[in-house]
Amino acid sequence: MAKNNDTNTRSDMVGDTPIDPGAPFLEVENLHVEFHIEDGTVKAVNGLSYKLAKHETLAILGESGSGKSVSAQAVMGILDTPPGYVTQGSVKFRGVELLAPNSKTGALDHAVPEVRGTRIAMVFQDALTALNPVFTVGWQLGEMFRVHKGASRKEAKEKAIEMMERVNIPSARERVNSYPHEFSGGMRQRVMIAMALSMDPDVIIADEPTTALDVTVQSQIMELLSDLQKETGMGLILITHDLAVVAEVADRVVVMYAGRRMETGGIDDIFHHPSHPYTLGLMDSIARPDVHLDRLTPIPGSPPDLLAIPSGCPFHPRCTYATDRCPAEAPKLEQIAGQHSSACFYWKDVQIDI
Amino acid sequence: MVLGCSLALPLVADEEGTDLGRYLIRRVLQFIPVFFGATFLIFALVFLMPGDPIRALSGDKPLAPEVVVALQERYHLDEPFYKQYAIYITNVFQGDFGSDFRGYPVRDLMLDRLPVTIRLALLAFLFEVVIGLTAGVVAGVRKGKFFDSLVLVSTLVVIAIPIFVLGFIGQIVFGVKLGWFPISGYREGWYSLMLPALVLASLSLAYVARLSRTSLVENLRADYVRTARAKGLSTSRVIGIHTLRNSLIPVVTYLAVDLGALMGGAIITETIFNLPGLGRAVFDAARAQEGAVVIGIATFLVIVYMIANLLVDVLYGVLDPRIRYE
Amino acid sequence: MSDTTPSDQPEGMSPDPSGEEPILYADTVDEYLPRDVVTAAGDESDQRERFRQSPGLDTELVDMTRTASLWGDAWRQLRRRPVFIISAVMILILVIISLVPGLFATHDPRDCNLIDSLLLPSSEHWFGTDLQGCDYYSRTLYGTRVSISIGIIVVFFITIIAVTGGSIAGYYGGVTDSIIGRITDIWFVIPTILGGIVILSVTRSRNIGTVSLVLIVLGWATLLRLVRSSVLAAKANDYVDAARVMGASNARIIIRHILPNAIAPVIIVSAIYIGVVIAAEAALSFLGVGLQLPAISWGLMIATAQQRIITAPYLLIFPGAFLSVTVFSFILMGDALRDALDPKLR
Repeated sequence: MAKNNDTNTRSDMVGDTPIDPGAPFLEVENLHVEFHIEDGTVKAVNGLSYKLAKHETLAILGESGSGKSVSAQAVMGILDTPPGYVTQGSVKFRGVELLAPNSKTGALDHAVPEVRGTRIAMVFQDALTALNPVFTVGWQLGEMFRVHKGASRKEAKEKAIEMMERVNIPSARERVNSYPHEFSGGMRQRVMIAMALSMDPDVIIADEPTTALDVTVQSQIMELLSDLQKETGMGLILITHDLAVVAEVADRVVVMYAGRRMETGGIDDIFHHPSHPYTLGLMDSIARPDVHLDRLTPIPGSPPDLLAIPSGCPFHPRCTYATDRCPAEAPKLEQIAGQHSSACFYWKDVQIDI
Repeated sequence: MVLGCSLALPLVADEEGTDLGRYLIRRVLQFIPVFFGATFLIFALVFLMPGDPIRALSGDKPLAPEVVVALQERYHLDEPFYKQYAIYITNVFQGDFGSDFRGYPVRDLMLDRLPVTIRLALLAFLFEVVIGLTAGVVAGVRKGKFFDSLVLVSTLVVIAIPIFVLGFIGQIVFGVKLGWFPISGYREGWYSLMLPALVLASLSLAYVARLSRTSLVENLRADYVRTARAKGLSTSRVIGIHTLRNSLIPVVTYLAVDLGALMGGAIITETIFNLPGLGRAVFDAARAQEGAVVIGIATFLVIVYMIANLLVDVLYGVLDPRIRYE
Repeated sequence: MSDTTPSDQPEGMSPDPSGEEPILYADTVDEYLPRDVVTAAGDESDQRERFRQSPGLDTELVDMTRTASLWGDAWRQLRRRPVFIISAVMILILVIISLVPGLFATHDPRDCNLIDSLLLPSSEHWFGTDLQGCDYYSRTLYGTRVSISIGIIVVFFITIIAVTGGSIAGYYGGVTDSIIGRITDIWFVIPTILGGIVILSVTRSRNIGTVSLVLIVLGWATLLRLVRSSVLAAKANDYVDAARVMGASNARIIIRHILPNAIAPVIIVSAIYIGVVIAAEAALSFLGVGLQLPAISWGLMIATAQQRIITAPYLLIFPGAFLSVTVFSFILMGDALRDALDPKLR
């Protein structure tokens, strides 16, 4: 198979820049994303930072409107610009900086298109709308090979079948010429995963991959992702609001709220020693087989209007631990132990309450 | 229909094709009642009008009694109505579209006039597709910019101005003032048809431009576009291949309907520009109150329109796989 | 936008960024969010879900308040748009002219003096005179009456036919729908101008009544199909099932639940259609199969102006301009209505 674009397939280079073998697969630092709309400026992401290492699964946890999807789009470079702009921050893929300042807009552009789809890939939520309805699944899968590796139609089709088998789609050879709407939800999602996997990326970002699926299918998909990750050693970023999914596969968790990190830590830390009122609220609001609860307590209030985020700590209006300090001062991430940190002045009180 | 089936056969043969094949058969089956219904309707509209069918055929001309008898015989006016239609439609299948008052077969008249109308319609269709689609797609891609506003405003103006007014404006501006095109009349070849074709196409062109623009803009916001970009595809590929095919679907539907509008609109255009086409023939016949000729040509035009619709339905089935299940 | 859910709202909440916006969705059970980019779905939609499913809540009430809010919004939106205001004003002027043309005309359009034939526009005759020596300005004004009347009459009746037929076809489905579908298919196949010529060439008298009738007979199909698809879309909503379960009769469901929600695209298209009909009548009169003298129609005027394009272009320009502007205003109105009503329907 003819290799068209060598720089994509040689794993020690990204474009013209050599990778840093010691660097984390993905490093996001102080990312800020804004949307300039008619009614004002929406601050969707406010200072998000995380690192993703090889073999690791990082879960970005948050409600709708917490900025988690937007941050992923910014990392991929598929943000809708305008109205969205990356105003600050850095995104490094294996040590190579992906963002570059744009003198015209004053914002940061995603300047390394070579990584998109090939080194960093993305899986979306609703495969029915995320896949193109008028092209066959085989065509869409094969497209990756045709465009990025210069494969011929025949070769691409064979590769597509191979990928479909890899994600456990039965009767792949017969179904490669079918259209997305002819598949069930779970199968469609597998197709999406196959597409993301096709170029052997180092990082896959899965944006709510199971939200549109039935519970039984959900676990199948998560298992698939997990197995694939063990096979390839890639890093997986899982964006979700579903705690159950996080509990199943994540190694580390970043809890987001109003575009900011509230708490980060290992899975054990977050689930068994939540140290932020928001995280605690999340834990209390779901049913858990490992903890006995008398009642489920939802978090009072509703997520903030991102056009006007509350001052200081954005969670303070809904927080039972809030004091006068909270609206005045935005808490920084304070280390608790090891990789466990919390952005709350009163994390110790939260821990006592468990 | 034979042509359609033979076109469909290679498609039906391969795996993807069976759905398409079934869809085609369904479409053809739907075509049949519409065919008879429409031809019957035209027939009925003329002959079922209250009043004397003789008058329908020959207008207010004073007729000698032998002529009246001859007419009655030829058109079987003493037979029940449905029989009249049956005879009429059988004749049509044999290529007999009736004759005018003097006995001159309508079919000959049509064959004589057909080339001009076909050329006019084809040229107009070409204008409409090429100019309209390009303008619409470019406007959609550059949404909000100058070109987009220009297209939106100009199409609105063109839609509002009735076609015969546009025709006259065209004559004055391009014919008289600029002298680029002949004001009216037909000369051999295509050149004298260019201005009329442009006028004929104008309304549809405006619609196509707007429709393709809207469709493209909508599709550019679709989820699959985000996926395509995440796959690392170039912008030109995302727009040119992924969105275009989806965007074209409603445009093709419109183009199907539009072939009929071109036929109907050709009447006005041919009248203004004095072109010896089918439309003009209908107009002249209507003015001369030659009912039989009017029916004959109208039937023919409608049949052509129906076949064109069927063909476009087929095209639609090829373009959008989801439609094959309807 | 002031916030809606009562006691849940925490203190010190964000100030109203766009102060003058009235409370749009205060009491209404609305499905869509004002700013999907921004507002989180979370708690708000949960509350709305619970509200909708409360036992004992009259779904009719829910439905009515919902549609009431839709129309209230639409009107508010409309009022603000310049496109709507301009087209509304133009249409208003045209309607007034059509009702009392005498108010604006300088002469009696039928008071023609052959001596004054083909005079160029002057202070005496603002638009000049035509071949018979009639004041062209007054004639053009009187032409408004014919166009607007036919436009409104035809669209009125077409709307009635389309709404009745389309609702039945869409709501009952099955065989009825297929039959109505075939019939509309047949009608679709016949182009309006061609059909108009066919019919009118054999009718004895050609007046506003006949021409209107012909246009009605030829034009109902498009609108009917539109109504049908709107009804199909509205029928899919849950409140229809709820109403049926509560024992509402079919007619009641159609009239009180489905139609109010399905009617918006119909209104939009009807507005545009008035313009289309006016253009069609002018075309038919132009071709000589529509209105005849002594009726005053822009189409007729343009037809007679044909031969004198070069020597007396004004004969064409004035009725042509009036016709274009009239058609334009209705299309513009349709556009404005669509902007106001459509996004709400999504």
